[in-house]
Amino acid sequence: MKKSVFLGALTIAGLAATASMASTLDDVKARGKLNCGVSTGLVGFAAPDANGRWNGFDVAVCRAVAAAVLGDSDAVNFVPTTGKTRFTALASGEVDMLARNTTWTFTRDVDLKFEFVGVNYYDGQGFMVPKSLGVSSAKELDGATVCIQTGTTTELNLADFFRSNNMSYEPVPIETNAEAQQQFLAGACDTLTTDASGLAATRAAFENPDDFVVLPEIISKEPLGPLVRHGDNQWGDIVRWVLNGLISAEELGITSANVDELAKGTNNPEINRMLGTEGNLGEMLGLDKDWLIRAIKVNGNYGEIFEANIGEKTPLGLSRGLNAQWTEGGLIYSPPFR
Amino acid sequence: MSMQETAYVRTEMLPEREPPSLNTGPIGWIRANLFPNWFSSLLTLASLFIIYKLLAAFIPWAFGGVWNASSLKECREILQGVDAACWAVIHERFWQLMYGFYPDNLYWRPNLALVMLIVALVPVLFEGAPRKLLAVTIATPFIGPWLLWGGTIWTPVAAALGFVVGYIVYKLIAGALSDLAGLVLGPLAAVLWWILLAGRFSDLMAGILPLGLQPVESRKFGGFMLAVTLGITGIAASFPLGIILALGRQSHLVIVKTLSVGFIEFIRGVPLITLLFVAQVMLAYFLPRGTQFDIILRVMIMITLFSAAYMAEVIRGGLAALPKGQYEAADALGLNYWQAQRLIIMPQALKIAIPGIVSTFIGLFKDTTLVSIIGLADPLGWVKLIQADAAWNGIVWELYGFVAFVFFIVCFSMSRYSMYLERKLETGHK
Repeated sequence: MKKSVFLGALTIAGLAATASMASTLDDVKARGKLNCGVSTGLVGFAAPDANGRWNGFDVAVCRAVAAAVLGDSDAVNFVPTTGKTRFTALASGEVDMLARNTTWTFTRDVDLKFEFVGVNYYDGQGFMVPKSLGVSSAKELDGATVCIQTGTTTELNLADFFRSNNMSYEPVPIETNAEAQQQFLAGACDTLTTDASGLAATRAAFENPDDFVVLPEIISKEPLGPLVRHGDNQWGDIVRWVLNGLISAEELGITSANVDELAKGTNNPEINRMLGTEGNLGEMLGLDKDWLIRAIKVNGNYGEIFEANIGEKTPLGLSRGLNAQWTEGGLIYSPPFR
Repeated sequence: MSMQETAYVRTEMLPEREPPSLNTGPIGWIRANLFPNWFSSLLTLASLFIIYKLLAAFIPWAFGGVWNASSLKECREILQGVDAACWAVIHERFWQLMYGFYPDNLYWRPNLALVMLIVALVPVLFEGAPRKLLAVTIATPFIGPWLLWGGTIWTPVAAALGFVVGYIVYKLIAGALSDLAGLVLGPLAAVLWWILLAGRFSDLMAGILPLGLQPVESRKFGGFMLAVTLGITGIAASFPLGIILALGRQSHLVIVKTLSVGFIEFIRGVPLITLLFVAQVMLAYFLPRGTQFDIILRVMIMITLFSAAYMAEVIRGGLAALPKGQYEAADALGLNYWQAQRLIIMPQALKIAIPGIVSTFIGLFKDTTLVSIIGLADPLGWVKLIQADAAWNGIVWELYGFVAFVFFIVCFSMSRYSMYLERKLETGHK
């Protein structure tokens, strides 16, 4: 039974505590599966469908990394982590990477000893109000009651915003997003505040979404991105360049549809380097030359992933905004492949 | 005055008659219980009005609901503004709420394990059942987990052999040295077997005769299957542990008593959720990276320890309620400690403690939902996962209502059984 495993584990725990420090890449290859920490359900970013298959914007990053490393986008164990358990799960090695809309902050990067490998979504805190309130700017919210999730950075941002604008507010603390929707609909508060992507998801779920507006002010910077542990730079590089590869692919027009065609060789040397027809970038990462072809084939490039999961045609209906390519006025920018 | 002035004298008895129809049957009952005076009548009418209002809102909502739709939006389109439930989410996600990510072609395994468990419980719970079923009861703790997790058949066999080894060593030592030495060395031998030899034995036998089921990882467990697995294991393991702790707390041996008291007080002084975080987070730091120490097993251990401490106190209540004469009678009969416990003390103490024990069980079963906080996909965890699907985002009442309904059925059955047991064991001391 499992008991023997347990007791055995306890006895060797003391002895082996310092022994196993193989590289994450070797661990993943030996296991044949990527352990990817995702959220315990977030609309558009991570959720299992009716067949139990995980889908979403963050999930797509996990699948792309699995495809690049293991050659199979389904070779992923999705480990749902809560806001409280996500960092320990990563630090203890229970997961190899986190793709769980986590904000890149100084303390998380430096003090918690993680490596944010990039940004896959630029979010920011916003406000939603019922149209009937007749408010068109967050600066008109003086004296409002505000529904807010407790224990998150949104709480601090809110206090800062109202103080710096010399306004007062009354917080209505709530625990979860589902509760927030109910409270807001029941009129327990004048305005609901959380990340703009979360507001869009909440609004999309309302019976009459048109009765509500998201105010234009964004009061905080929430760059969300995948992260790995400090100390294994090779693994960090792999995750970073898979993400950069998806972003560059959009910039250069590589899609899931034409990647096979382009992999036969093109006039663009950067595309050739990315897809392995020139140079040996894959080998430098410790992978083979087709690594990025496989990653792009899974769900397409960054733009395709965005449109399929959270874009304007989905119920979330997020516009690209800050998350457009730098060539189109956004912040999404990958260093060059050379 | 003469007799003649009396108007009428009855000379024979009247035949018996039915009581007035207003005082018997349903009408009589209603008059006696619902409308005995004006104040009670007022309260009755007010209550009826409230009940009517609740049902008038609930019944059309629940029974007018939509069962076939693929998203909340579709539900709303079908309902055309009518306020009714969207049960389609339960229809679509029923199996996930029940089994989580467990592979759907293997659903027969948890089902079989559950049937086996029910069969195993029959001889324990009901006196009239055939004694032969006890064989199933003994086999279930080994076969059940094997069915759930899969793997080679030799692992449960090796685990079962540990008990055999322990028993043989106990018999040998108890015969050669003393009973106490046997009680210490027997379990020790079993533990040594599990740690050192069981793994090799099952590997060896699996090499010779590879019989097994397709393994299923713990992280695939979810929904009510996870809650029931955790609940049953917790109940089955915490009950004997609780008895031992309760006895330990009353023991005259200082170390045993101190350890028992210390354990009980420590565990009772800490919230369950803290223990779960220890299981999920702290252990992960202490164990070496890559150690396979199953998260569900960790949680099971914590839940068991937690409810064992409460169980110990409930049983101690039963022990305390027993008159001292019972202990003295056992001594006078010349029974040793274990015989006295088994034949005289425990049957009575446990009977007294039944309501408390079942309450602890029910509490334990409901506490399993706390594991959603550490990211395990129990029914409440699945509610959250389903809400995160863009198609069902915004649905609340139906999902939580369904989960509450299933929990209610299970807990209510447990409570009914405990009342049956109390009646059966009633020996008329009152």
